[in-house]
Amino acid sequence: MSGTTAVLADSVWSDAALKFQNTLVVVAAFLGIVLLVFFAAGRATGRIARPLTIAVFLGPALVLLLFGLVIPALGTINLSFRNDDSTRYVGNRNYIWAFTSDPIRQVLTNTLLWIIIAPVVTTVLGLAMALLVDRMKRQSFYKSLIFMPMAVSFVGASFIWRFVYEARDPNQPQVGLLSQVVIALGWKHPPNWILEQPLNNFLLMVIMIWVQTGFAMVVLSAAIKAVPDEITEAARIDGAQGPRLLFYVTIPMIRNTLIVVLTTVMITTLKVFDIVRTMTGGNFGTQILANEMYSQKFVQFDAGRGSTLAVILFVAVLPLVIYNIIQLRKERATR
Amino acid sequence: MTAGTVTAEQARARPALPAAKAVRRSFSSPIASLIVIVMAVLWTIPTFGLFVTSVRPAREVATTGWWTIFTNPHVTLSNYETVLFQSSFGSSAGLMPYLVNSLAITIPATIIPLTLAAMAAYALAWVRFKGSDTIFFIIFALQVVPLQLALIPLQQLFNEQLARVGIDLQGTYVPVWTAHTMFALPIAVFLLHNFIAQLPRDVMEAAMVDGANHFKTFRSIVLPLSTPALASFTIFQFLWVWNDLLVGLTFTGGTPDVAPLTVRLAQLGGSFGRSWELLTAGAFVSIVVPLAVFFSLQRYFVRGLLAGSVKG
Repeated sequence: MSGTTAVLADSVWSDAALKFQNTLVVVAAFLGIVLLVFFAAGRATGRIARPLTIAVFLGPALVLLLFGLVIPALGTINLSFRNDDSTRYVGNRNYIWAFTSDPIRQVLTNTLLWIIIAPVVTTVLGLAMALLVDRMKRQSFYKSLIFMPMAVSFVGASFIWRFVYEARDPNQPQVGLLSQVVIALGWKHPPNWILEQPLNNFLLMVIMIWVQTGFAMVVLSAAIKAVPDEITEAARIDGAQGPRLLFYVTIPMIRNTLIVVLTTVMITTLKVFDIVRTMTGGNFGTQILANEMYSQKFVQFDAGRGSTLAVILFVAVLPLVIYNIIQLRKERATR
Repeated sequence: MTAGTVTAEQARARPALPAAKAVRRSFSSPIASLIVIVMAVLWTIPTFGLFVTSVRPAREVATTGWWTIFTNPHVTLSNYETVLFQSSFGSSAGLMPYLVNSLAITIPATIIPLTLAAMAAYALAWVRFKGSDTIFFIIFALQVVPLQLALIPLQQLFNEQLARVGIDLQGTYVPVWTAHTMFALPIAVFLLHNFIAQLPRDVMEAAMVDGANHFKTFRSIVLPLSTPALASFTIFQFLWVWNDLLVGLTFTGGTPDVAPLTVRLAQLGGSFGRSWELLTAGAFVSIVVPLAVFFSLQRYFVRGLLAGSVKG
């Protein structure tokens, strides 16, 4: 047994060494080519020097953007008007399907619940933490703990929470924390969390909230610190305190940041399919738009419907992203 | 807001309190501290439970909760040996090949877009030409395209169209590197342009006067001066690629040859649904790299994540 393990481990290491070697060769070759082109193009003189400079600096990025984003995005819009294997046009049939068929209606309802509940809870929790943590000793320690889930992948986060939600027969010892806690609190027969509709949708949202609250807290904490001293001082002298100070002074002052946090989490919520895919695969009434889009194309092999859902996703995030970018630019301009 | 409006009583009540602390003070109390501590503990326990489970013996994990380790402290590293190296964990050689793949995907998929974006950002900021503003605006506007919108045709390009003309890239890292590079460019050009455009003009002009061409200026002046922006983007992109599932799933096909850890873990969730000592060890292997980056480079990490939070 240990013999075979050793042999296997040997081949694993040589395989790893080969992959690393290839990767490093590619990176070195890439940087080498860039330097070589720089050197060659730098020797050009006269009228071609300037256009050549522009082409060398800008060309690679523009070519990649054209073939990697612009043309494929247009291609998706085109595919969304075609049938499952893209052999003929079907008009707007995919869009009618996307808005009227029963299974998709549940997907859209779930998605709507996600993009309302997860961002609002995240922002409120983040704001509360930003306000509360600010006065504490060793606040960076607590902030780090709350921010830490941001570092973990959504797949990793899903595993962490699947284990929390693990349910065993109520008569046996529990291994999942949630079941253990509710049984200790006196709920004799807790459900199998992941299968229990519609509760499971909210349990999946908890994962998103867990990951994103640290982000909301850090951004809002910075915004609160940036509120000018004179303003809070003036309000305080006028007699504002506690909740009044919060709701009439602080929150209005950081309103733009609050909305940016809210929309940023909304965009993430719309686009992330990792949580639902890892936790339930979209079964048990938990499907959302981003995962349905992936399933339609790569499980059902219906490029038409998959593309249609991608376009709907794009249209849904578009106003949020535009708003966000405008806000960020404004903030930069005033700084 | 003159001193006269402050009554003597108010002044005495809050002797040395800076104004900025007013709001915070309203919220400070033992209860506030308690709420924060409870919240921090709640936020940490799930990850802690995962880690504890990953070092417990299989038999105990199957029958008791991880919290019993405090009364029954048995610790083992054999779960890690199993998930990393042994064939019993699903594939021919455990998670090790996928861990290697994750690194082999992430390193080029960070360096290549970083280099190309810095070049483009420099050209748009300092080699100004007719139409450079328009090009910058178009790249900037491409941030609104979610990668889902480009996914299907791009996947078809790599899997079908290129194969038809004799370029078979399946089973190599090339599609996933390229896809990550393409998807990173709009935000990367935008962020680096913001920084590079604000480098001091006289430094740039001095270099030009000294006879340096744009290539030399870029290498010897712009890159060194842009280190903070480059570092933030590097960390952001490294973690984005490392944690990514969608691009990895679409462009690697899920084989041990090229698929990253996240893809393999997502597969295992189904087939090893009950072997929690292995699943937790596997999940911990995948999150330990970002956690190490987080705790060692926290400041850059936060800055990078905030800067990239609007990525498509």
